[in-house]
Amino acid sequence: METSKNVSPTTKLTPTPGQTVGPFYGYALPYEKDRELLAPGSPGSIRLQGTVYDGAGHPIPDAILEIWQPDSEGNIVHRTGSLVRDGYTFTGFGRSSVGNSGVYTFTTVNPGPTRPGAAAFISVAVFARGLMNRLFTRVYLPENEEALAADPLLSSLDPERRHTLIARRDADGGLTWDIRLQGEGETVFLDFEGGPAFEGTAAGGAAE
Amino acid sequence: MPEEINLETFNADPITEDVSDPAPQAAPGTAPQAAPEAAPQAQPKAAVETQQDLSAEIKAIGDTYAAALKNGKAPETQPRLDYAPYRSSILRHPTKSLHHADPETIELYSPAFGHQDVHALESDLTIQHNGEPQGERILVAGRVLDGDGRPVAGQLVEIWQANSSGRYIHKRDQHPAPLDPNFTGVGRCITGADGSYSFTTIKPGAYPWKNHLNAWRPAHIHFSLFGQEFTQRIVTQMYFPGDQLFPLDPIYQSIVDQDARDRLVASYDHDLTQPEWALGYKWDIVLTGSKRTWTENEAFGADGDE
Repeated sequence: METSKNVSPTTKLTPTPGQTVGPFYGYALPYEKDRELLAPGSPGSIRLQGTVYDGAGHPIPDAILEIWQPDSEGNIVHRTGSLVRDGYTFTGFGRSSVGNSGVYTFTTVNPGPTRPGAAAFISVAVFARGLMNRLFTRVYLPENEEALAADPLLSSLDPERRHTLIARRDADGGLTWDIRLQGEGETVFLDFEGGPAFEGTAAGGAAE
Repeated sequence: MPEEINLETFNADPITEDVSDPAPQAAPGTAPQAAPEAAPQAQPKAAVETQQDLSAEIKAIGDTYAAALKNGKAPETQPRLDYAPYRSSILRHPTKSLHHADPETIELYSPAFGHQDVHALESDLTIQHNGEPQGERILVAGRVLDGDGRPVAGQLVEIWQANSSGRYIHKRDQHPAPLDPNFTGVGRCITGADGSYSFTTIKPGAYPWKNHLNAWRPAHIHFSLFGQEFTQRIVTQMYFPGDQLFPLDPIYQSIVDQDARDRLVASYDHDLTQPEWALGYKWDIVLTGSKRTWTENEAFGADGDE
């Protein structure tokens, strides 16, 4: 077994394709307290909310989001109990389907930086009817300008697209962050597989 | 979990739209760069789109892809986000290229799930009510592997599906096929140390939808999977071998490569079939490759809380 040496990034098996989550996940994927990483109103809790929009600027009523984040100290926790929450354990994972107005809501904590001086962010996966495959993205905390400027991902983006990954701080201490799947202000979505072979196919593959 | 479902609550959303959208051509705010792709399928709103229309579009895209392959283009392995024959995708695909990023810190780990989260009985979709569901009882089993061939141990698998009549329990599915009071169509399990999963369920029926006139989805089971890294997260659909609806279905055909499409089709497995009980279907799922250096414990599948 290859345990000590760094396994080459070359993928040996071809991954199974994704498919759309479809319209009927609503009786399967949501669960009790799915969007409450900790109890609303508990010390340190904040609301993360936003709206998911389509290319016409209309809210999408059938999208579902997942977040995965470190705790407020920047620790990546490895604790079970995301599906059956005990009310005390922070697991770092949450899931929120949007309502009819396209709005999602999480109760969570401000993630801490995972390295000293690093920009703090939450990892996000987006699913929707009409969206062929899940999309990955990130939402960054807005405060630490210096860290944001030094962030490898943010600094690699067009300046006019960079803001799509940075949340707005609300007066109540919460975060607002909208997702635009297409068009004006389109959110930056991420490809972790990289490599030229994925260019133009993972990106949505315009039929040539 | 399934017996606790309150249908009134989760079906409370009004039927705002079915699985079809009005033709979104020339929508305000659509990025100009979307126009070239959206143009070929633009239809007058009054026209009823037939399977023939859709099949022609599907074929045109397939032919273009086949020609590109012949000219040495690398095979595609994932669905196209921009696949106009699935009408609902037109306004819901990013028009900019996905931005390559090296996964960092949190993205290189996965949420942990265990037996606190999922009861062993949740993998049997035929025992969630007082009686037996109608239809053909089946076993669906296989392994979840990562792109390096390592088993994905102790991770969450969620499934949902229509009943044997092709009807989903969701309120927005209103087509005139019977609901089955003994079948909800939701299951979960935690993979074993060897990445194995197994569900007992009912073979779902074909499902009619409104993408175009006389549109039918091939029988399928929705699968949601987590890997050992969040970058491996995937939601997909498993199909049954030999389905005559494959060539007609824009969602299945959004994967333009035949080999890639085949990876979503389970195989009938007589060794998995149990006498006088259920037919067996085998389906292995491969997630993307690992991006992180693993510890010895992880490499041997010592994850989870068992």
